Amino acid sequence: MAIHIAGGHVIDPGRFNGVADVLIDEGRIVAVGPNLKVPAGATKIDAKGRLVLPGFVDLHVHFREPGFEYKESIQSGAAAAVAGGFTSVCCMPNTNPANDNQAITEFMLERGKAAGLANVFPIGAITKGLEGKELAEIGDLRRAGCVAISDDGKPVMNSLVMRRAMEYALAFDVAVVDHCEDLHLAEGGCMNEGVVSTELGLPGMPSAAEDVMVSRNIALAELTGARLHLAHISTEGSARMVREAKSRGLRVTAEACPHHFTITEETVRGYNTYAKMNPPLRTEKDVQAIKEGLRDGTIDAIATDHAPHATQEKQLGFAEAPFGIVGLETALPLTLALVEEGILSLESAVDKLSTAPAKVFGLAKGTLAIGADADVTIVDQHEQWEVDPAKFFSKSRNTPFAGWKVKGRVRTTIVSGRVVFEASRAEG
Amino acid sequence: MSLKRKDLLSLAPLSVDEIKLILETADSFKEVTGREIKKVPALRGRTVVNLFFEPSTRTRTSFELAAKRLSADVINFSPSSSSVVKGETLLDTARNIEAMQADIIVLRHPSAGAAQALARGVKSAVINAGDGWHEHPTQGLLDLYTIRERGLSFEGLKVAIVGDVAHSRVARSNIYALVKLGAEVRVVGPPTMIPAGVEKLGVRVYYHLDEALRDVQVIMMLRLQLERQGKALFPTIREYARLYGLTSERVKLADPKVIVMHPGPINRGVEIAPEVADSLSSVILDQVANGVAVRMGILYLMSGAN
Repeated sequence: MAIHIAGGHVIDPGRFNGVADVLIDEGRIVAVGPNLKVPAGATKIDAKGRLVLPGFVDLHVHFREPGFEYKESIQSGAAAAVAGGFTSVCCMPNTNPANDNQAITEFMLERGKAAGLANVFPIGAITKGLEGKELAEIGDLRRAGCVAISDDGKPVMNSLVMRRAMEYALAFDVAVVDHCEDLHLAEGGCMNEGVVSTELGLPGMPSAAEDVMVSRNIALAELTGARLHLAHISTEGSARMVREAKSRGLRVTAEACPHHFTITEETVRGYNTYAKMNPPLRTEKDVQAIKEGLRDGTIDAIATDHAPHATQEKQLGFAEAPFGIVGLETALPLTLALVEEGILSLESAVDKLSTAPAKVFGLAKGTLAIGADADVTIVDQHEQWEVDPAKFFSKSRNTPFAGWKVKGRVRTTIVSGRVVFEASRAEG
Repeated sequence: MSLKRKDLLSLAPLSVDEIKLILETADSFKEVTGREIKKVPALRGRTVVNLFFEPSTRTRTSFELAAKRLSADVINFSPSSSSVVKGETLLDTARNIEAMQADIIVLRHPSAGAAQALARGVKSAVINAGDGWHEHPTQGLLDLYTIRERGLSFEGLKVAIVGDVAHSRVARSNIYALVKLGAEVRVVGPPTMIPAGVEKLGVRVYYHLDEALRDVQVIMMLRLQLERQGKALFPTIREYARLYGLTSERVKLADPKVIVMHPGPINRGVEIAPEVADSLSSVILDQVANGVAVRMGILYLMSGAN
């Protein structure tokens, strides 16, 4: 059935930016322009005063299925995604069993289809069981539908294994994603190392633990020619090294998370486990460097690292509580805050959420071009609301932004020409 | 005047007046501990629970004695660390204890922040008896009491804290309190044991013991956790003892009336030479004795019995 999105401010980064109608039919974008001729029977969505954007693409989520469905399932995760305006999500392989073989990949794809909400793209493991020892069957994973490979939270420490993975991945033109953390340097740490960790008596993880692995990975990307994507960079050093690598023409891309450009290690005070994630919240200097990296294009994409954990897990002591926060349902307003602050133009903010991440993994998403999949997010840029975790679609509530008054809200989300989220209905 | 706090979790937020109140309250209980009948009825009918998630002999015994000398009922509860691993949250354990009408919970826990988390969740008063590397406020207070008992005034007092500052809750509590009271605090140890940014807490950092000891009136030795050898913090106990061990020769670099402190248990011949530990400068056993009086004062103030 046709959908006519009327009179919104359409932003298709690099292609179109202005008031226009968008016409959708049979799951695809049919036309974008002023005063379109609308077929009879088309559903009209009045988007006057709203932004009409290519659906957001999140390169980094943890949907916990199979294995940890009490934290999140693919169904609940996808519901959280579309509520946050994300029409495509890339799921990390640290499930149980890990997504290191095609059966798990197929299972995840099937669950994604059954949920019928966001497009679910699995990321396959680099090594069997995420153990960092033997390569997983990357060819099979790719063929089954994995869009990238990563051992995520268990970074490949052995540089030879990482080199081989990057080389092997060349045959499948697949991005190799690394969570950059030297596990020896960060051993036992649970927050950024610095004066706050000293005051709180908590074991720290120095920013150098991230930097040395970013440096290693860039060197290996140069050696192998692989497509390297750096997950959630959080330090000034990482931003500097990625900038330098890009200036030399290496195939290196990077993502940053909203929490890393919004809050600092100060949020940990009071042993707030909702401020515990990995990489940890850093210092103001790092926050500024991440913002600058987003501004000057060093950092390609904004990703959430959506990492749901059950309330009782976050009620453990700070050192024992698991790393991670949910992010899908707060990413939009936190990104729009950068627009308000003058760091990003509105168009480049949309680019970081949609078009650029799609390019990083080579997904045919993140655009409103004629013929593209009709994944569209309609946003009220000015609507103010208070973050209330009890209203999240995610199964988990672990966010440091509870109670924050934020601006910018998803009104409607469309995936493949089907309305999958409507704020008015959620509020009703 | 009374302590207007439900809990005693750390010395960092305490005012100078609050610290002084605790020390003065301890004075009257010090007198009690010197009597033949070492018992007063101040906390009769109240229940104190010692909840120790870490092995501890002296702190637990000290709290137990303090509570008993105040006529409180005392329960010692030492959950095996496996019950933590089993997934019972600290809060659940504590709520169980609270349900038995504990007035005061004394908590020792291996995780920094545990006391704070507990205090948020229960109505009982919580006293932190050491949380990870964070704080050990009653040890800090008994150290202050011992310094004061020797007639030293805190303003301008030169204090050297020696050893593994990074992993020491005793060091943190003393740093917070001494800096607040106007002392000049030096921390000294190998750079691997000096925590990041510690100078921002108002202390001076030294890597050489001889230099740090010059003219100090108080030397606070920290216990070396012998099991940390092999974690690349120091090469050998032998070298550590040579560089950071307190010998009689080194004591001579300090003020002639210097006092030597140690929270115990001591490693003789490692961080402290036996002849120093047993010398007239040593107040190590005074610290232990004062610990009971100071904890009586704290229990009394926290119970709201005044």
